[in-house]
Amino acid sequence: MVNGLPGVTALLPALLLAVTGLALLLVDTIRPDARSNTSMAIVGAIGSLAALAATVWLTASGGVSPDGGAVYLFADAIKVDTLALFFTAIFASVTALVLVAGHDYFHDHANPAAFYSLVTFAATGMALLAVANSLAVVFVALEMVSLPSYVLVAYLKHDRGSVEAGLKYFLVGALSSAIFLFGISLVYAATGSLILADIASASIEGLTGVLGVGVVMMIGGVAFKTASVPFHFWAPEAYEGAPAPVSAFLSSASKAAGFVVAFRVFTEAFPLELAVSANIDWMLAFAILAAVTMTVGNFAAAVQEEVKRMLAYSSIGHAGYALIGVAALTVDGPANGTVMGAAMAHLLVYGFMNTGAFLFVAMAERWGVGRTFADYAGLWRRAPVASVAMAVFMFSLAGLPPFAGFFSKYFLFQAAIDNGFLWLAGLGAINSVVSLYYYSRVVKALFLDDPESPSALDAIDVRPTALYAAVVFAAVATVLLLPGFGPVIETAEAAASALF
Amino acid sequence: MLLEALMAAAFVGALTVFLAPDEWAGRLAFAISLIPFVGSLYLWSGFEAGGNALLGGEVAYATQIEWLEVGGRSVSWFVGLDGISLPLFVLTTFLVPLAILSAWTPVDTRQSQFYGLMLFMEANLLGVFAALDFFLWFVFWEAVLVPMYFLIGIWGGPRRKYAAIKFFVYTNAASLLMFLGFMSLVFALGDSVSSFALPEIAQAIAAGDLSAWFGIPPDRIAMVAFLAMFLGFAVKVPIVPFHTWLPDAHVQAPTPASVLLAGVLLKMGTYALLRFNFTMLPEQASMLAVPIAAIAVISVIYGAMLALAQKDLKRIVAYSSVSSMGYVILGLIVFTEYGVGGATFQMVAHGLISGLMFMAVGVIYNTTHTRMVGDMAGMADRMPVTVGILVAGAFGYMGLPLMAGFAGEFFIFVGSLSAPALPYAPVFTALAMFGIVIVAGYLLSAMQSTLFGPFELETDYEVGPAAFHDVAPLAVLLVAIIVLGVAPDIFFEMIRDAAVPVVEGVTLNG
Repeated sequence: MVNGLPGVTALLPALLLAVTGLALLLVDTIRPDARSNTSMAIVGAIGSLAALAATVWLTASGGVSPDGGAVYLFADAIKVDTLALFFTAIFASVTALVLVAGHDYFHDHANPAAFYSLVTFAATGMALLAVANSLAVVFVALEMVSLPSYVLVAYLKHDRGSVEAGLKYFLVGALSSAIFLFGISLVYAATGSLILADIASASIEGLTGVLGVGVVMMIGGVAFKTASVPFHFWAPEAYEGAPAPVSAFLSSASKAAGFVVAFRVFTEAFPLELAVSANIDWMLAFAILAAVTMTVGNFAAAVQEEVKRMLAYSSIGHAGYALIGVAALTVDGPANGTVMGAAMAHLLVYGFMNTGAFLFVAMAERWGVGRTFADYAGLWRRAPVASVAMAVFMFSLAGLPPFAGFFSKYFLFQAAIDNGFLWLAGLGAINSVVSLYYYSRVVKALFLDDPESPSALDAIDVRPTALYAAVVFAAVATVLLLPGFGPVIETAEAAASALF
Repeated sequence: MLLEALMAAAFVGALTVFLAPDEWAGRLAFAISLIPFVGSLYLWSGFEAGGNALLGGEVAYATQIEWLEVGGRSVSWFVGLDGISLPLFVLTTFLVPLAILSAWTPVDTRQSQFYGLMLFMEANLLGVFAALDFFLWFVFWEAVLVPMYFLIGIWGGPRRKYAAIKFFVYTNAASLLMFLGFMSLVFALGDSVSSFALPEIAQAIAAGDLSAWFGIPPDRIAMVAFLAMFLGFAVKVPIVPFHTWLPDAHVQAPTPASVLLAGVLLKMGTYALLRFNFTMLPEQASMLAVPIAAIAVISVIYGAMLALAQKDLKRIVAYSSVSSMGYVILGLIVFTEYGVGGATFQMVAHGLISGLMFMAVGVIYNTTHTRMVGDMAGMADRMPVTVGILVAGAFGYMGLPLMAGFAGEFFIFVGSLSAPALPYAPVFTALAMFGIVIVAGYLLSAMQSTLFGPFELETDYEVGPAAFHDVAPLAVLLVAIIVLGVAPDIFFEMIRDAAVPVVEGVTLNG
């Protein structure tokens, strides 16, 4: 109700994304041929940037309600707070980058409209997921993200890899959706409510019995969406088979969407004290998941030969880092808000650097230079700017200092240590060292290795302007988020602290 | 805001040169690099500061702007200069234009990227010497590695990939160790520091604010932190036995990168040792005085012996850097006014002399396309000016009086002979002095066989005098070396001013 506007204004980002999706369909109806590609990219980019601007405006105008707190809508089923806005900003940024990049990637595709609108609708679902305050809304929003994602992964329907990846993703996704839904029903059975706050107050005797089983099943659902162990098997296949812009979208935005569920639902519906007292210690469960996920992801990434697959495993590794945000929580922990805020800031930085990395792969696919590290040899001779951007992403993902990834990782580990989780931070640091090995392999290939044959680089005969713009923008953001990390981490910490 | 303006000039210059066409990137980069140089001369002329920046001294040209907060401690953009950092700051701005000049002949591909990286590295090097906040310093410290990695890896010699990766891995692993060491200090300081500003941390440690952390007593934390940081910086310096990346990096690096690597990057290690280990933890340093002095002497002797065994002129100069850095460590560990001051002075002197040597070897290589001692003889006939300056530089290396190297080593020996904090100080000093004899041995013998006698070289290239822009930086460096040798006080005065508080830290404690 800022500036006297109605409360539904708080939903502006989600509404803008939804309207953009519809507008894209409209454009496609008016000009149903491939020539509308450019206009759709422009509409999509403007719409998602408008959504981003709306989140920034709502955050900057001092919260969305007069007292700076949250806005509740639709009988408390929706709760718009800074946490939601922060995540929506991640979704909107990634969506804008992916839509712009899609313009060049799908330039010769017969019907690109589906890509643009599906990405936008999935982003709408994510924005809804961020504000969901009821398990019913959580589930509906989750499906709204998942269904377009299945289609997007299988988007290249004449490509066997893409179709196979889509099918695998769909099967695992459907299974985990069922588990998640069953978990919700058990929680509802035990507490008689779907509103998060009511669940917390109803489960006063602790998270035992049916409720406990429900909680565990819901952890499974979150693990699937964030591509965490043990529900990570779909991720390398899906990310590798999918068109690279879609991989970028799934591994950055969709993963962050999984984390918003973890961050909000678990802290609000299943309070820490109850969890610890009843031996359904979901923080411990997440701590184990985080430790295993980061280790599995990083070590698997180290042995890959294909860049896209390496990025897929690296994305699993980063899910492990972000899980620290829910793993390193303790009852009345001094740094609960800090650790979760640091994880959110990491997801934001990750949103840019990981999207940028996948978009570079999209560019390589567009050039047709091949998929392995060796195929990338000497690329910088033909594409110096994009290669420098890729080097920025790789060093930042590894957490090297002159880039934003250094701060986001450092803040995360420091917060974990402050909350008494030295072992988790130490494991994270060791994993970061491992990750430097495989990230620097990409840089080595791009800059130091000589191409196998001089003609190998002649394939690069096109300059996909929009893809270039998206990659360069992501790189600039990755660099500028280092000096500009202050406001990001402050907003994130304030948003996360409100949950405790 | 002057410091920021100079760094920004280098940084913006780097971006400009990146976008400039290859044909005149070299000239543009040289012109741009003169801006920080002239600016730093202006800083020098108006320099008014007293004491050590970390120990409550007055900081010149300081700016402090809050950046962000982590775990209750603020990180800020905090830069400034004192008597220790100003000479190194000036050294950097002085060497970069000369290094760029020395690149005009050998670098013939992708010039705009090459010169852009050189300027980008300069901006970060200036940041390393000016930063007074740990995080800011660390960001610059690491950012130096990236351009050097590319400079070696793209424009280097035949084994450039191996050398670049070895350099990157060694120095990054070292950085991580150092980072962990320093962070454990910060954690052990707990709430007694409210920022990552180095002066605040140094003074809190001096005030005895270290407390137990995760059940580890403060003494042990300080010792572990000292060792971690020492090892981390030892790789950078490098100190034997962590020196193996250096000859590879030097030999493969293109000449201008070698000049900066030897002239400035190695000084980052000794500068950081002085700032962190010896200024913040003097007690631990004096506990470990004997082993550190032993390592220093071993570096001196072993580095010189290794140089003696080399056949490649560049390798000879590279190994002799290991030897020279040993003197710096010896000067630091003795904790006397002349020792610490002399060590800092030696950093500058060695920066100039080794820069000169690498550049001169590079000029010869440009013409002969070989650096092997056995391949050539009598170069003095064909390249009289270059050879003349090389010989003069070599004498500077050997410590000829009235040249900068003599002043530096003399100060160090004066300081170390009468060091109260180091047992057996005269023995260590005498052993280290013996290193000079070996230096003279290998430099003279290498020069004897390559430069003098009848001309002999199997080559299809025309071997004649080098171009003016190749020789001019050599001459400028030689003049600077002589000026600094004749009038060491232009730097030594301010260095001593900043070194005295460090020394007092030890004598007060113990």
